[in-house]
Amino acid sequence: MNFAFSEEQEQLREAVRRFMEAKSPSSEVRRLMETTEGYDEAVWKQMAQELGLQSLHIPEAHGGQGFTFIELGIVLEEMGRVLLCAPYFSTVVLAADAIMNAATDAQQGELLPGIASGETIAALAFTEPNGRWDASGITMEASGSGDSYQLSGTKMFVIDGHTANTIITVARLAGTSGEDGISFFAVDGDASGLTRTPLATMDQTRKQARLDFSDVAARPLGEPGAGWAALSKTLDQAAVGLSNEMVGGAQKVLEMAVDYAKVRVQFGRPIGSFQAIKHKCADMLLEVESAKSAAYYAAWAAAEDNEELPVVASLAKAYCSDAYFHAAAENIQIHGGIGFTWEHDAHLYFKRAKSSEILLGDATYHRELLAQRIGI
Amino acid sequence: MDFLDTPAEATFRDEVRTWLADHLVGEFAELGGGGGPSDETAWDLRVEWEKLLGRDRWVGLDWPEEYGGRNASFAEQIIFSEEYAKADAPTRVSFFGEGLFAPTLLAYGTEEQKRRFLPKIQAAEELWCQGYSEPNAGSDLSNVQTRAVLDGDQWVVNGQKVWTTLAHRAHWCFAVVRTDPDAPAHKGLSYVLVPMHQTGVSIRPLKQMTGTAEFNEVFFDDARTDKANVVGEVNDGWKVAMATLGFERGTAFLAQQIAFQREVSDLIDVAHKNGATAEAAIRQELADAYVGVQIMKYNGLRMLTKLVKTGVLGPESSIGKLYWSSWHRRLGEIAMHVLGTDGLLVEGEPGGEYALNELERTFMVSRSETIYAGASEIQRNIIGERVLGLPREPRA
Repeated sequence: MNFAFSEEQEQLREAVRRFMEAKSPSSEVRRLMETTEGYDEAVWKQMAQELGLQSLHIPEAHGGQGFTFIELGIVLEEMGRVLLCAPYFSTVVLAADAIMNAATDAQQGELLPGIASGETIAALAFTEPNGRWDASGITMEASGSGDSYQLSGTKMFVIDGHTANTIITVARLAGTSGEDGISFFAVDGDASGLTRTPLATMDQTRKQARLDFSDVAARPLGEPGAGWAALSKTLDQAAVGLSNEMVGGAQKVLEMAVDYAKVRVQFGRPIGSFQAIKHKCADMLLEVESAKSAAYYAAWAAAEDNEELPVVASLAKAYCSDAYFHAAAENIQIHGGIGFTWEHDAHLYFKRAKSSEILLGDATYHRELLAQRIGI
Repeated sequence: MDFLDTPAEATFRDEVRTWLADHLVGEFAELGGGGGPSDETAWDLRVEWEKLLGRDRWVGLDWPEEYGGRNASFAEQIIFSEEYAKADAPTRVSFFGEGLFAPTLLAYGTEEQKRRFLPKIQAAEELWCQGYSEPNAGSDLSNVQTRAVLDGDQWVVNGQKVWTTLAHRAHWCFAVVRTDPDAPAHKGLSYVLVPMHQTGVSIRPLKQMTGTAEFNEVFFDDARTDKANVVGEVNDGWKVAMATLGFERGTAFLAQQIAFQREVSDLIDVAHKNGATAEAAIRQELADAYVGVQIMKYNGLRMLTKLVKTGVLGPESSIGKLYWSSWHRRLGEIAMHVLGTDGLLVEGEPGGEYALNELERTFMVSRSETIYAGASEIQRNIIGERVLGLPREPRA
């Protein structure tokens, strides 16, 4: 039994933290969140070329480094800590995992090297205007046969859908329902019949798009109609990834709150000496540490790809969502008036916490999923 | 990061399983786990079981071999706890002796003390209780007023302890007493071991809101103990007392976590049977309870890994205590939601003994858990000041 990161993993964390602190200070986050693209091309390339972040958990046979979800979790945590604005979660977690779970080896050989090298930005389009995260939410139908299918319909809340070169799209075969008929397709970002509309997002640091498909040419990945297992696994992995990202932000807001409570003086003493504030901080620490335990354990289960994954994925997503939001909200409260201003970073984390909570299903959704998964 | 058994650990797990399968039979097998450190159900039979465990050195697993232990690693202790819980083996009777006093003695005791006391704990021949709180020393433990004065080769102890769990079952008490009344609060305290079976010690049960009396008041009235029965230096007992609290808040909860897991699955069974699982709100609460107890395990494993690396359990142990006690209190509340109107009634006849069912018991008992071993508010102060480095409250 050993529940700690290895020395090499700690070194990876240090390297990524140095990079993130240099490349994604608050000023950069604020510059990029005002743009439609929402990321810096040069930084994206450096992430790939200098640190190899996009290739981390992609198999060596497909241009990657063959690391595990544990290393991926570390990187995501450090990105969450600085609110990095980049299509990393969409490309490396959602899309790459979908490809690895759904596509044939030959298809992976075509799609993954571009992601690994940083050339390809990819998105996973599965949510629709109904806002559901389960199989029944997928109503887009695919028609066609062999290697040639057409897609029509609308995908919503597609993270980085407007900047992706490749859009991994989930649709269902005509006449199917529920978990039957779910299929994966690769669609070019500039395919004819595809209209991509950037959305105005509450959390400006993570971009989303609406994608309208009108007879768009699509190439099936894996066997059409048999995609539910791959999608379910992808969503579990993504929940684990997002949980680790949230933990980074939660730790950061805890530090912001504690640092401020030490220096802000009212009634002639630092506000952190009052139990009202001290106890808030203690509760935040308890929740942030617990969120880390859950996220790290879930990353291990994802790395092992063991039978625990579905349960711990929902467990981590439920707990980390609540813990991050609570910490981000308390951070504003502890900062008082200054924490409510646009100028202070507290609101950026507050909004990221809320959007991360909602994406992939909120805590209520995941507790219900967990209940089903443990047989309640 | 690795949660799988090494080959050596797998061998150890097999040994534990085999032993339990061979010995947990007959009336022992009928006892079942459940309850907590203060549970008194089937006490004598559970003492017999503890003797059997001790005979085969499953008590004091982590003690050095020279004191009869197996020098077990943390991983092996976890494995033992896991298999013990899976087998639904009886709730242990030696929480205060094996769980709290023994690790304190190993850290601060003399060679003679270790040889005198550890074998008796292992053999379940001597059970222990903890003499900390007093009527005017609760959260402010350093305000202890019980006095010990040397009279030749013996300490003479006078004063009153309160909330002493299972004092009426104990042979010995490890007590924090004042040996230098002129020193400031934290100074002048000593960690003294007092035999319970003597005329100078009287015990009065404290009936709790549960209707039962696992807690007691203990009165020392010229109680005597040998001069050598002080752990650590005389007047330096605060440090030793805090170490015990560290064990209580820290590692000892591991076995508890496994009992808690069982409580969750029992509660889910009840909810299935009475139809409560059909309600969305109850499903949310049950899932939340499950999330909480799993994270308790993950937190514990992270803490233990750190403990193995650094060798010290710091103020982080307060996080564990705050976590489990808050979680368990919440579980009790969820249990009452699951019970619904069944929670309006207790077992037994009107006018008879006030007898709670298991779920009601959890609901009630858990109210004590956010108070004993340092109230949640004290834990938050410790976390705030010693882990996060926030400024101390100005003292009057």
